[in-house]
Amino acid sequence: MTNETASEITPRNNVLGNVPEMSVSELAFSLKRTLEETYGRIRIRGELSGVKVAASGHMYADMKDEGAVINIVCWKGVMSRLSLMPEDGMDVICTGKVTSYPKGSRYQIVIDSIELAGEGALLKMLEDRKKKLAAEGLFAPERKKPLPFIPHSIGVVTSPTGAVIRDILHRLADRFPRPVLIWPVPVQGDNAADKIAAAIKGFDSIQSSGAMRRPDLLIVARGGGSLEDLMAFNEESVVRAVADCSIPVISAVGHETDTTLIDYVSDLRAPTPTGAAEMAVPVRANLRTQILDDEKRLVSGISRLFEEMRHRLTAQAARLGDPGRILEVKTQSLDHLSQKLVSGFERGLSGKRTRMLELGAMLRHPKDRIAEAQKILSIRTDSLMRVRNKLLDEPQKRFVHAGRMLETLSFKSVLNRGFVVVRDDQGKPVTAADQTRTGQSVRLQFEDDKLVDAVIGKGGKSKKPAKADSQGQLF
Amino acid sequence: MSEQQIPQQPPVENMTFEAALAELEQIVGSLETGSTALEDSITAYERGTILKKHCESKLSEAQAKIEKININSDGTVSTAPFEEQE
Repeated sequence: MTNETASEITPRNNVLGNVPEMSVSELAFSLKRTLEETYGRIRIRGELSGVKVAASGHMYADMKDEGAVINIVCWKGVMSRLSLMPEDGMDVICTGKVTSYPKGSRYQIVIDSIELAGEGALLKMLEDRKKKLAAEGLFAPERKKPLPFIPHSIGVVTSPTGAVIRDILHRLADRFPRPVLIWPVPVQGDNAADKIAAAIKGFDSIQSSGAMRRPDLLIVARGGGSLEDLMAFNEESVVRAVADCSIPVISAVGHETDTTLIDYVSDLRAPTPTGAAEMAVPVRANLRTQILDDEKRLVSGISRLFEEMRHRLTAQAARLGDPGRILEVKTQSLDHLSQKLVSGFERGLSGKRTRMLELGAMLRHPKDRIAEAQKILSIRTDSLMRVRNKLLDEPQKRFVHAGRMLETLSFKSVLNRGFVVVRDDQGKPVTAADQTRTGQSVRLQFEDDKLVDAVIGKGGKSKKPAKADSQGQLF
Repeated sequence: MSEQQIPQQPPVENMTFEAALAELEQIVGSLETGSTALEDSITAYERGTILKKHCESKLSEAQAKIEKININSDGTVSTAPFEEQE
């Protein structure tokens, strides 16, 4: 190869016949100059192989395709700015300068940037990286930290210029203004990933002190762009920084359709930077409304509770019964009864009164009765008088008559004629002399009814019967 | 249980908005369902009122101080007011 290059140089220098002598160094440096001037900056595509980073920090590798191999070198200073870490087998496009290494007389390409060739290859690389990081558990759901409901301070890692930060700040202001700390970073290009990772770590290492307050929520954001533009957010350093961060992180990179590895490791993935602001804070006005609503419900709740308790109390009290009411009922029945009592009594009384009047009417005054009786008596008396005359006058006449008859027929009339009646001491008439004894006391009754004692003399028997005979004969 | 918990509740001043709101909602819910005893309901109502005030003040203390991080030459960070740039 060196010969070919030399043969090209020779005719150009137009040194024929009299070939000047050159030192090796002269030729080598001449070749180097020629290479650099001829090719300048080039882009070369090929597959990486034999990638190795020397102790010095420089990286050496080969780029190859089916027919050729060329050395590449990447100086230490450039390495850190590369948008992706070179790995064996990567199909890459390197940008750099063709030069030669005079000490080995080998030409090589000194690269200043490296990018994956073709979207498919890039995607495959990302897929492999994703698998690797996932295998480490960095994307595990249980690693996700909960976001504060209302963060007291929000750290934003993004470009200080452009629409992204403006959208975030405006949306935050609209919803719920919060203190925001912006950590300005480049969001694309070489070493953007390192800056982003450093910013995340930087926020994580802030200790709250006086002026600066450690954020309790981070937003890592970038606007839309090509896959390559978003590559910084696919870098392992960024993914690991988010994984290690103790502050919850919302990622918002590109448009909704773009998914970068930071979205897998972040605690919440927002579709857009505006979306991140919406996820970061609630809407203050809504919360106000909610609190007002809660207050209303609180008041109405306790009112209703009291109302219900009062109602229940009233209901129970009603069931308990009002002693007054019970008394009223009792009073009423008492009234009723006493009325019945009075009316019953009165009815009874009036019955009695009627009866009394009846009886009273039946009861006649003694005067009347006396009068009546007198009347009857007088009638009777009259009748009696009339009858008496019959009953008395007649017998009287008969009595007189009988008296006369008696007078006429009486022994006294005999006495008048000088006869006496001899009576024993018993008063019995002695009618026969046999009934006498000598010495016997007899009484002699004369016509004037005077009695004279007499004694039967000797021979009474004889005398006496004589006497008695005479008397006996008399009657 | 519940009547014992009420006096043991943390002081409202130290509560986060979210916790205060959650407790407020819980109090409102229990008052609405009438599951609170009458005596407790008064305590709950009072606490609900305090929680509501606390939430309101949390909502009111919304400042939007926007600052930018500066990395100093000695590697320390400081903040400076952030000016929006087009």
